[in-house]
Amino acid sequence: MLLTIDLAFVLEKLILIVIVVMSSLLIAMYATFGERKVAAIMQDRRGPNRAGPFGLLQPVADGMKLFFKEEIIPNFSSKFLFILGPCLAMLTAMMTGAVIPWGDKVHFFGRDISLQIADVNIGILYVFGVVSLGVYGIMIGSWASNNKFSLMGGLRAASQIISYELAMGIALIALLMVTGTLSLKTMVGFQMDGYWNIFKQPLGFLIFLICVFAECNRTPFDLPEAENELIGGYHTEYSSMKLGFYLFAEYINMFISSSVMVSLFFGGYDIPFVNDAHLVESIGVNWVALLHTFSFLFKAAFFLFLFMWVRWTIPRFRYDQLMNLGWKVLIPLSLFNMLVTGALVLLQQNNWHF
Amino acid sequence: MGIAAILFWFLSALTIGGAIMVVASKNPVYSILYLIITFFAISGHYVLMNAQFLAIVNIIVYAGAIMVLFLFVVMLMNLNAESEPPQKKRYLFFAGVVAGCSLMLVLVAALKSSSSQIQLVQMGSGDVGLISNLGKVLFTDYVFPFEISSVLFLSAMIGAVVISKKEVVHPE
Repeated sequence: MLLTIDLAFVLEKLILIVIVVMSSLLIAMYATFGERKVAAIMQDRRGPNRAGPFGLLQPVADGMKLFFKEEIIPNFSSKFLFILGPCLAMLTAMMTGAVIPWGDKVHFFGRDISLQIADVNIGILYVFGVVSLGVYGIMIGSWASNNKFSLMGGLRAASQIISYELAMGIALIALLMVTGTLSLKTMVGFQMDGYWNIFKQPLGFLIFLICVFAECNRTPFDLPEAENELIGGYHTEYSSMKLGFYLFAEYINMFISSSVMVSLFFGGYDIPFVNDAHLVESIGVNWVALLHTFSFLFKAAFFLFLFMWVRWTIPRFRYDQLMNLGWKVLIPLSLFNMLVTGALVLLQQNNWHF
Repeated sequence: MGIAAILFWFLSALTIGGAIMVVASKNPVYSILYLIITFFAISGHYVLMNAQFLAIVNIIVYAGAIMVLFLFVVMLMNLNAESEPPQKKRYLFFAGVVAGCSLMLVLVAALKSSSSQIQLVQMGSGDVGLISNLGKVLFTDYVFPFEISSVLFLSAMIGAVVISKKEVVHPE
């Protein structure tokens, strides 16, 4: 036998991948709409309300507009890298979805299908790795633009993401000490049986949240595209759908990082105050999985709203403030959190005896 | 030839091809991008050996952090073929070739009699590379080298801070 592949397994994963990719694209699309609506409400305006009922077709119209715009590739820029930049931004944004548990499992055609594309035992490190690769899309695109403002934006993005990754990693280490696993599925399982991790790691969550804002280049940390200093930042030279990809990747990143936060700290697909075993008995596995996924998406939607809420509330940091916050506040704070967590875990394993 | 062998040959070709392109490409930015491809291929090899932790750490540390810094520096210096002074010293080229061949010779001689060429890698069955086993080994058998290397990192970090610290000018 040349290749022994379980065809049903491949098909099942393929369908799952298509669903996850499609739904994250759809959610990112409506996140752009949501952002404009939230901004409008905060500024006492109406927001987009012309295309379709309640303006619901607005994201489609925006996408069409971007597709029909003229595509400009600047002279003297590396054409291949110029196109590679937005592609990489999209790719790394989509890749993280592979390890997030969207629900427990469904039962179709006599097979138990897990609602997670890959339950690798290093799940959270995989997320971390992909996030650290996310900067390449911005850096390559900004360099290939052959524009000083773009390059400045790209460099800002790179230094910002590298700086905040450290604090994020240390905050995660404390969480890993508490849960004792790297697999996101196992982590969610623990939270379903016990308390959500937010109650065990409140400081860790706060640090993680701030770092996620910085990693997604969202206000108050959107210095790579600070328009009053750098024109458009790293996407100054981009037009048409390549610009669209950059903007869209930001929204996918927001959705995915909301999902990561939900699975790490807010119980994943857990429905609070509900006994799942009883629920499975009364309405069956598939319906419970659907409810779980809804619960997950609801929590993720709250974080998406938080991203927008913060964007339209807090002004942008100055660059030195950003660096000071990252290196002089968040990293010592996360180290402190890690040490305290380590001491507590050690005490607990010792049955609270010194 | 199973799927593991196909993957192995594909990844090996990718690794070596990427590594050659690192040296061969004219533009240093492209060199770095090829180096990233090489790191990914090596991580693929780790996954084939079921060492997932090593694979992802390789990506996080090398592709995600160190290469970003390399790219950072190269982009800031804006190196390219025009700004490079012309290489006139031909003997450096020959010296490089001779030194490389000697290194190859030494490596082949050293590895010829070792057990590494007889003992093949456990494909996908070994579990030494999984994180729990790796952690246990690091904190029991290899705890001393592990601690020593962490002290080394600490001193390197402090050294970097000291070097980059600005001279404080005292106002008179």
